[in-house]
Formats: sequence, structure tokens, C-alpha cells
Amino acid sequence: MSALEIHNVRKEFGSERVLKDVSISIDSGQFLILVGPSGCGKSTLMNAIAGLEPVTSGNIYIDGEDVTWRTPADRDIAMVFQSYALYPSMTVRQNISFGLEMRKVPKAEREAAVERVADLLQITHLLDRKPAQLSGGQRQRVAMGRALAREPKVYLFDEPLSNLDAKLRVDMRTEIKKLHQRLGTTIVYVTHDQVEAMTLADCIAVMRDGHILQLGSPDEVYNNPVDMFVAGFMGSPSMNFIRATLEDNNSGSYQLRIATPGEAELVLPWPEERNATDMAERLNQPVILGLRPEHFSEEDERLTSQAEGTLLSASVSVVEPTGADILLRLPLGEQEVTARVGPKCTVVAGDRLSLRVDMGRAILFDAETEQRIA
Amino acid sequence: MANVIRRQTPTARLGRGLLYSVLILAALFYILPLVVMLMTSVKPLSEISAGSLLSLPQNPTLAPWTKAWGEACTGMRCEGVGGYFWNSFAIVIPAVLISTTIGALNGYALTKWRFKGSELVFALMLFGCFIPFQVVLLPMAQTLGWLGISSSRAGLILVHVVFGIAFTTLFFRNFYVGIPNELVSAAKLDGAGFFRIFWRILLPVSAPIIVVSVIWQFTQIWNDFLFGVAFSAHNTQPVTVALNNLVNTSTGVREYNVDMAAAMIAALPTLVVYVLAGKYFVRGLTAGSVKG
Repeated sequence: MSALEIHNVRKEFGSERVLKDVSISIDSGQFLILVGPSGCGKSTLMNAIAGLEPVTSGNIYIDGEDVTWRTPADRDIAMVFQSYALYPSMTVRQNISFGLEMRKVPKAEREAAVERVADLLQITHLLDRKPAQLSGGQRQRVAMGRALAREPKVYLFDEPLSNLDAKLRVDMRTEIKKLHQRLGTTIVYVTHDQVEAMTLADCIAVMRDGHILQLGSPDEVYNNPVDMFVAGFMGSPSMNFIRATLEDNNSGSYQLRIATPGEAELVLPWPEERNATDMAERLNQPVILGLRPEHFSEEDERLTSQAEGTLLSASVSVVEPTGADILLRLPLGEQEVTARVGPKCTVVAGDRLSLRVDMGRAILFDAETEQRIA
Repeated sequence: MANVIRRQTPTARLGRGLLYSVLILAALFYILPLVVMLMTSVKPLSEISAGSLLSLPQNPTLAPWTKAWGEACTGMRCEGVGGYFWNSFAIVIPAVLISTTIGALNGYALTKWRFKGSELVFALMLFGCFIPFQVVLLPMAQTLGWLGISSSRAGLILVHVVFGIAFTTLFFRNFYVGIPNELVSAAKLDGAGFFRIFWRILLPVSAPIIVVSVIWQFTQIWNDFLFGVAFSAHNTQPVTVALNNLVNTSTGVREYNVDMAAAMIAALPTLVVYVLAGKYFVRGLTAGSVKG
């Protein structure tokens, strides 16, 4: 039985449709991440799950029970808010036990729950402070503690890390992941940060304009995106989209010709094992070739026998060392692409460089519909 | 300007000196009426008729104060303004408490439990702030008559509550708008209801705006004359009306010292409130605008 099932949920504000037939189902213990740009409806969906906003139509089931028209309190969920929403007049201890108090849990049990949660999150020394006396990271912990104290069926996290500074964000991300692994809780987590989505999720739902574009594991979403939006949204730096024409190479396989006005022609072979059924209809038509920065690698002279990949040569326009690796910007036909190469690479701007392209991982999109072809 | 560091040249010092002189003169000018009132109220009548307005009292006496409090004639009766002073309190305290409570609940509902048309309701309530008192005198008299509480203390309290709600709602609504809705969402998820959220989450952080509302309402209702004179009977008159009657009772010599003492008595509570809580008033009005 799924811990959370969202069935054809629609939400309209007046004539504006914010959620359009959204359906998701996750199992108990799964970590679902709703990701997408601002205004894609992810927070609205979260609020619908929480019961803070009524849906226009559709159903929401938690642990098999239809909770669509239940109040937030009767859904057995807890939520961690972006602003933490700690009660300013209460101490940390009161904040954590408030939900239990409202549910008429006896005092001794409440205290035990506070101790347990404080211990888990290492906030025991903060229990008698007021939220105003806490740092951002500490508030974040208290907010999680408040959710954990009740042991609900589903946890909702609404962009919980977006108010933290970069370093703390990474630390808390790891902490949330550890916590999830340890407690095996069902979590729905909203973020616009694709790195958080990739690192935390069992299952990612990429949303746009009230639709779920793709629902799948981080690996699926990253390596097999359904369209150009998902492909471009996941991954940083994002995927390169290169305009090309699909051609027949006269020996039964396909190739991609990239327009290079005034330069030597640039043709990339399409690996045969990745052929899709409808590619024949698209011969001599424009397509978009999607290549992630890491699909490029610098040519190493010592390994001349490299069979994988296709060589291409381009002059580097910008070199951006990040420390762990180097990002190169290079013109390819009419567009500029980003390539990620090893930190030992010694190119400078203006150099001409041979790069190997891993066409086995390339993705092909329809130039008009932006849907994936192969 | 205060942050600009400048060398203290003689001209700059002269400028400063001039500036302060003007400011001090202006301050003296503004405080003068109060000083004159206070001085006059402790002078015997003979000194007033003989000396000038600004001369210091030669033989200070509290007799005008005791007379104003307990003996001076207000119309037909000669019992001073003391009784009316307590009348005012009996009207002001419940009216302030009720209007502040209702305003707080209104502000809470209008910001945290929005409903279709809640903005319109707020706009209409806001409209109440701009209705001149005179306009409602007759309909209000009718209404009080129907309710059977005309000329009673309860009637006056009702009138002040009705008028006060517009302002208190405005205060609380604008204060609660600045309090994140997520706080209410979190409390809903925790299982708290409408009143519980108000009582446990919102009210404990409302101190600054409660102070503003109480001070505002207190001074407004205490200083009210029009409703007091229109909707009260002899035994329920507030002190402002009594003061008017006292000053306008013309039998024999006009006792300026008693008039001034009575005026001071009538003004004292609002003065005390401002002196004690004035800084909280300013703080409350600007609360939220400073916090980032």
C-alpha cells in the first residue's frame, strides 16, 4: 500500500489552473522530491497534501485513507516550513511539544518525546531558549524536531534549506539524508535546487506549469530526461543543446550535422544501438542534440587507442576552474557549449583543443516540441 | 545629517547655537499654556485678579483643586468633577478593553483566515475611521433607544466600542499582516484551532500593538465630548462634559483657578498614560518596519 497517493489533483485559483491533473504515488519510507522553477505549482501541491489549501478536484490518500477533505490536523502529517515558523513566544521545548499538547498527549509522554527528538538532533542544550536566540541552522533543527516529535505518517519539507548559507545548507542536506536513512520515514520535499533533488531523493517529480513532466529516480531523471526542460533543469552546469540536422550516413546509420558556417564541417555519428523507431521519419530535419558537460573529455595523447567517443576540435573561449574540475566554454557551430574537463588540463583561452564526445550518452530532442526522440 | 562629521568652526558653532535657541524658544512657547494652567490652578482668586497671567504664585494653595474635585458647581449640582472623573473611568475601561479585544480578533481573522470578500470587509471597516461623529448622532440615539440603553453607561460604552473597532481593527490587521502565515499553518498542522492559535501563538507576540490600541482608545474615549454630552444622563456624564458644565456655570465671580484645576484633573489620565507608555506607543507603531 502506498504511503501517499495523489490522484488527478487539480487546483484552480479563479480561472488560473495551478495544478493540472497531478498524480503521484509513493511507498512508505520513500523520499519524494518535488522540484521545478518558481511558479510551477510545487508549493501549491505541498499545501494541498498538507490540507492548507483545498483542491478543486481529485483525491489525496495517506496510508490508504482518503484525506482529501480532512483538516490539516487530522491527516497525520508534519511539515517543516521554509521560514521554520517557530512559535516566537515559546521556548524550543514548548515549540516541539505544542503539537503533542494539542493532541492531548500526557505530559510525561510529551517530555519523553522532546528528549528523544532533542537527542536525535543534538539540540538538548537549546531546549529552554526562545527561537530569537537561535542561529539559522539551530532554528532549522528545531523546526525538524517539531515535525519529528509527533511521528506522523508523512513528513512535508517546504524548501527547508533555502534560508541557510551555502556551507550550512550542504551540512543540513547530509543530515536530512542521514535522518531519513535512520528513521525510514516517508518524506515529501519541495525544492527548486536540483542538487538537493539529486542528492536526497529516491524519487524526483519535475514540475512545470502545474504538470509533472517526469517522475522517476534521480538517475532516470538525470540520464533519461523526457524533454529538454527536464534535461536543462537537472544538472549544473546545465546540458548543452546543440542545433543539428539528422542525416543518413549512406551506410545504414544516422549522423548529426552541426551547422558551422565558414568552418570545417562537423558531423557526429549517432550510435546505432540508440536508434529510435521514428528516427527515419525525421531524416534531414532539424533536431536538438543534448550533451552534458561531462560527456566531453579532453583527448589524452597517451591513450591513442581510445575507441569510445568521437573527436572534435574547437578553440576555447573561456576557462573556468572550479577547483575540482575545469569548465571550458567553446563555440560549436552557432552556439557555445560547456565542457567539464579534469583539473590538470592546462588550456588557456584561445587554445585549440581536441575533445572527445561520448555520443553513447547523448540525447536527441525534437527541435519543435522539445520532446525526447532518442 | 547626524552622520556627517564636520570640523567645529566658529561659524558652525554659532549656527548650532542659533538652532538650539530657536528650538528652545519653540518648546517654551508650546509648554506655556500648561505652565499657566498649572500656576493659575494653585493661586488664590485674589492673586489672579490682581497679578498678571505669568506671575508666579505668591501663596500657593491646593484649595482650587479640592474645590474643583468636590465642591464646584456643574450646572445645578455642586459636587465637583470627582464623581464624573470616576464615571469616565467606568466608561473608558470597558470600552477600551472590548474594542481592543474585538479589534484584535478582527485583525486576526482578516489576515490569517481570509475568506471571500475579506478585503472588502476590511475596506468597509476602514471607512468607519473617516465617518464624522456628528453624522451618526441621530441614528445612534435611535439605536440606543431601541436597545433600551439610552443615557446609560452601557449605551456610551457601546457607542465608543462601535467607533473604536474601526481603528483597533486597522491597527491589529496591519500588525498581523506582518506576521508570517506559515506560523498559523504550522499551528493548524499541530492541531490548534481558531481561538487556540490566536491565544497561544498570535496574542503573545502582540504586546506592541496592544499598547498602541489601548493608548489610542483610552485617549480618544477619555477626551470625547460629543458622545458624552449627547448620550449621557446626569449621573453617567463623563468628566469632559462635567468640565464644560463647571466652566459654563455662571454664578458670581468666575473662578479661573477652579476652572484650571478641573481642566487639569480632566486631562491628567491621558497625560499620565502618554508619559508612562508614550515610548511604547511609538515603538508599537513602528514595530515590524525595522525588523528585517
